[in-house]
Amino acid sequence: MVSALVIERLRFAYPDGQVALDGVDLRVAPGERVAVLGPNGSGKTTLVLHLNGILRPAAGTVRVGDLEVRPDTYREVRRRVGIVFQDPDDQLFMPTVGDDVAFGPANLGWRGADLDARVAAALATVGLADAADRAPHHLSFGQRRRAAIATVLSMEPELLVLDEPTSNLDPQARRELADLLRRLELTTLVVTHDLLYALDLCERSVILDQGRIVADGPTRTLLSDTALLAAHRLELPRGITIASEQRR
Amino acid sequence: MGAGHRGTAGLHTHGRSVVHRLAPEAKVVATLAFVAVVVATPWRLRGLHLLQAALVLAAAGAAGLRPGFLLRALRFELPFVAFAVLLPLVGEPPRTEVLGVPLSEAGLVAAGTILAKSVLGFLASLVLVATTPVAALLAGLERLRAPRVIVAIAAFMVRYLEVLLDEADRARVARLSRGGDPRWLWQARAVAAGAGTLFVRSYERGERVHLAMLARGYDGSMPALHAGSTAGVGPWVAALAVPALAALALAVAW
Repeated sequence: MVSALVIERLRFAYPDGQVALDGVDLRVAPGERVAVLGPNGSGKTTLVLHLNGILRPAAGTVRVGDLEVRPDTYREVRRRVGIVFQDPDDQLFMPTVGDDVAFGPANLGWRGADLDARVAAALATVGLADAADRAPHHLSFGQRRRAAIATVLSMEPELLVLDEPTSNLDPQARRELADLLRRLELTTLVVTHDLLYALDLCERSVILDQGRIVADGPTRTLLSDTALLAAHRLELPRGITIASEQRR
Repeated sequence: MGAGHRGTAGLHTHGRSVVHRLAPEAKVVATLAFVAVVVATPWRLRGLHLLQAALVLAAAGAAGLRPGFLLRALRFELPFVAFAVLLPLVGEPPRTEVLGVPLSEAGLVAAGTILAKSVLGFLASLVLVATTPVAALLAGLERLRAPRVIVAIAAFMVRYLEVLLDEADRARVARLSRGGDPRWLWQARAVAAGAGTLFVRSYERGERVHLAMLARGYDGSMPALHAGSTAGVGPWVAALAVPALAALALAVAW
C-alpha cells in the first residue's frame, strides 16, 4: 500500500543559517492519526510548511501519496494537503465564512452549483451549516477553529494537518474539535505540545526536537517515559502520570 | 471577545424592506447615478435639491430608516460642515453684511453648494450602507466588474479592521494596567510606540495570511466567487427609478 505521507532525510535552514530541520524521516499510513510533539522552536511549523511546498527543502524529499512535492506538483499537492493554521484569524480572510470555504475549491477551478455544494457539505461537516453568510469575527473562537477546518475540507484533502489546534480553545471546544477529527476519518497530522490531547486523539506520536525525529511510537508508551519527555522539554501537567499499559 | 459592531458595520440595519431586498449591485449603481445628478445640479437650479432631498428621504422611508437614525448618522458630515462654514469668512469680495458680519458672496454660494450636495450625497450613501451588509456590497462591486484587486483590498480591510481594533484595544488595556494613561502631547511616545507595534503585528499577520492563501492554491489572483448578476430587470428598474426621476427633473429644468 502507498503511504499517505513519506518524508525522507528532510533538511532545511533559514537564510540566517539556523538549521530548522536536520534530516527528518517520517512515514504515515493512510487513515492514521499521528501527533507531532515538540517544544516551541523544535521545527514543528517549519515541517508543516514543507508538506505542501510553501517552504522548499535544502535536501531530502516529501511525498504525498504517489506524488513528490515539487514546483510542478504544488497545485495538486495543495489540494491533497489541507493545512489548518494556528490562528483562525489568519486562515479566515474573506468577508464571510461561506466565501472563505469557497476560496480553495474556487482556486482549483470549481464554479457555480458544484462549488456551492462543496461549501455547504464542508460547513455541514463541521456543524456550521447556517454560518455561510456570517462574518468570521461574529463567530466564537471554537466556531472559527471549525470554520478554518471547513476551509480545507472543501478541497477534499487526503491529508489533514493541524498546527496547535487546541490553542485558545476552552474545554468544551477542545472536546468538540476532537469529536470532529475522529468523525472525519482522514489521515491526520496533529502538531502540538498539548500532550494529553495527543493521547486522546492519536494512537501514534513522534517527538521532534532540534530538527530531528527523536522518538516514534505509541503515544501512551512515549508519554509514560518521563525521562524521554524531560530530555526534550516536554512534560505532562503536574500530578498526572501515564501508565504504559492501559489498566482494565 | 471583540466589542462587536464598529466602523460602517454599525450603520447597517437589519430589515426586510423593499430596499433591503434589492440586489446590491443595482443599489450601488443607483446611488452613484443619484450622486452624479446631485453634483451636476448647478447653483441656479438649487430648488431641485429640495426634490432630490424628497427622493432620497422617500427611499430612506421605504427602507424603514427612522429620522432619528438619519440625524444621528449625519454627525459624520460635521467635518464638511465645518469646512463650508469657513468659506464665507475667507472668500473673495464682493462682500455682503449678514447680521453685521461681512461675508463673501462667492463664499456663501460655495458653502451652500457644498452643504446641500454633501448632505444629499451622504444621505444616498447612508441608504445604501444601511440596507446592504458589507459582504453583499463587496459581492455587488465584484458583479459590477470593479477591479478585483480593489475589491480584495476593501474586503481585507473590512475583515481585519475588527481584528486590528481588538489588538489595539488589548494593547491599550495592557498599558492602562501598568499605569500608562497618556493624555498630553508630551506623553505621545507611548501612543506612538503602540502604533508602531500594531503596524509590525499587522505586517506579520499579512505574511501569515498570505501563507494561508498559498496553502489553499492561491496563484496571485482572487477567484471570482460572485460573478454574474443574479438580479432580474425588476430590481434594476426599482433601484434606478430614484436617480432617473432626479435626472429627468434636472433635464427639464435645464
